[in-house]
Amino acid sequence: MKIFALIAVIITGGLLVFSTNEMPDWGSLASPATTHVSPRYLEKTIEETATPNAVTSVLADYRGYDTLGETTVIFTAGIVCILLLRRGKKS
Amino acid sequence: MEFVIGKYNYWFYIFLMMIGLYAMIAKKNLIKKLVGMNIFQTAIILFFVSMGSKKGATIPIIQAGQAVDAAHYMNPLPHVLMLTAIVVMVSTFGVALALAILIYKRFKTLEEDEMQ
Amino acid sequence: MIKQCDNVIVQSVSRFLTPFILLFALYVIAHGHYSPGGGFQGGCILGASFILSMIAYDIAEVKRRMTEKMNTVLTGVGVLIYAGIGFICLLLGANYLDYGVLAEILPVGTAKARALGTFGIEIGVGITVMAVMVSIFLNLASGGEHEEGSVE
Repeated sequence: MKIFALIAVIITGGLLVFSTNEMPDWGSLASPATTHVSPRYLEKTIEETATPNAVTSVLADYRGYDTLGETTVIFTAGIVCILLLRRGKKS
Repeated sequence: MEFVIGKYNYWFYIFLMMIGLYAMIAKKNLIKKLVGMNIFQTAIILFFVSMGSKKGATIPIIQAGQAVDAAHYMNPLPHVLMLTAIVVMVSTFGVALALAILIYKRFKTLEEDEMQ
Repeated sequence: MIKQCDNVIVQSVSRFLTPFILLFALYVIAHGHYSPGGGFQGGCILGASFILSMIAYDIAEVKRRMTEKMNTVLTGVGVLIYAGIGFICLLLGANYLDYGVLAEILPVGTAKARALGTFGIEIGVGITVMAVMVSIFLNLASGGEHEEGSVE
C-alpha cells in the first residue's frame, strides 16, 4: 500500500520538476510576476498613501477588499471551533 | 549548469511538497495526516515568495530620501497574497484539530484502521 | 487537556514577561507603516501573550480576567471596525473602502487620510486575530469543558 503511494508521489514530483523548464529563472527581472502592476505599486506608494511599507499599503489600501474577506475567514474559523466543541450541559 | 543554477530553488520546494503529499496519503494516524497537510501548505507559501525575489534587491520598504527604482526592491505582491494564505492555513488547522477531538471522543481512537 | 505547570520559575517569569509582550504587540501593530509588521502579525503576538498565561497558570485563572463572553464579543468587534470604516467612506460619497474621502472630516491631506484609514483597519484586524487565537486555544486545550480547567 505504501509502495503505491511512494510511486505516485515520485511520478508527481517528476512531472513537476519537468514543468519547471518553462518557468522564469530565480530572481530574473523579466518574469511576468514583476512586470505588470507591481512596479506601479512600488513607485506610487509614497505619494498616494504616505506609507513606506509597500506590503502594508498593498494589503490594506490597494487590495483592502481581499483583506476584509480574509478577516471574515478567520472570524468564521473561530466561530466554528466554538460551535463544534462547546456542547455543554444543554444537550 | 545554467539550468541548475537558475531553477534549483523550485526543486527544493517541490521536494518539500512531495514529502507533505506522501504524509497525507500514506500515513494512517489522523494527526500525522494533518501535519503532512501543514508541510504541504508551507512549501507552497515558500514557493510563491521565492518567485517574487529579484537579483540584488532588498526588502520592499521604500527608503526615505531616494528616488524610487522598482528594480531595487523586491516584488511586494507575493508577500501580500501569502499573508492571506498563512491565515487560511491556521484556520484550516484549527478546525481540523477540533474535528479530530470530536472523532476521538466518538471512536476512542485516532488510527484509521480501527474506525468503522 | 494540558496539565497545569507547578513550577515556580515558569509561573513567575511568565507573569513578569506578559506586559512586555503586550507592549511589543502594540508596537508591531502601530509601526506597520514603517517596518515589517501590521495587523495580522500584531494580533498573533497579542494572542500569544494570553496563551502563555494559560499554559503557565490554570485556564480558570485567566478566564477570570478575560471572560469567554468578552472574547466572543471581541471577535465580532474587529470585523465591525473594518466594515464600519468602509461604510463611513460610503456615506461620505465615494466607493466602499476608498479612504481618500476621509480627508473631508479629518484635517489632513489625502495621502495622510489614506494612511490613517489603513491604520484604523489594522486595529480591527488585530483585535479579531487576537480573540480568535485565544478562543481556538481555549476550546482545543480543554476539549470543550472549560469549567474543569485544564485536566487530563
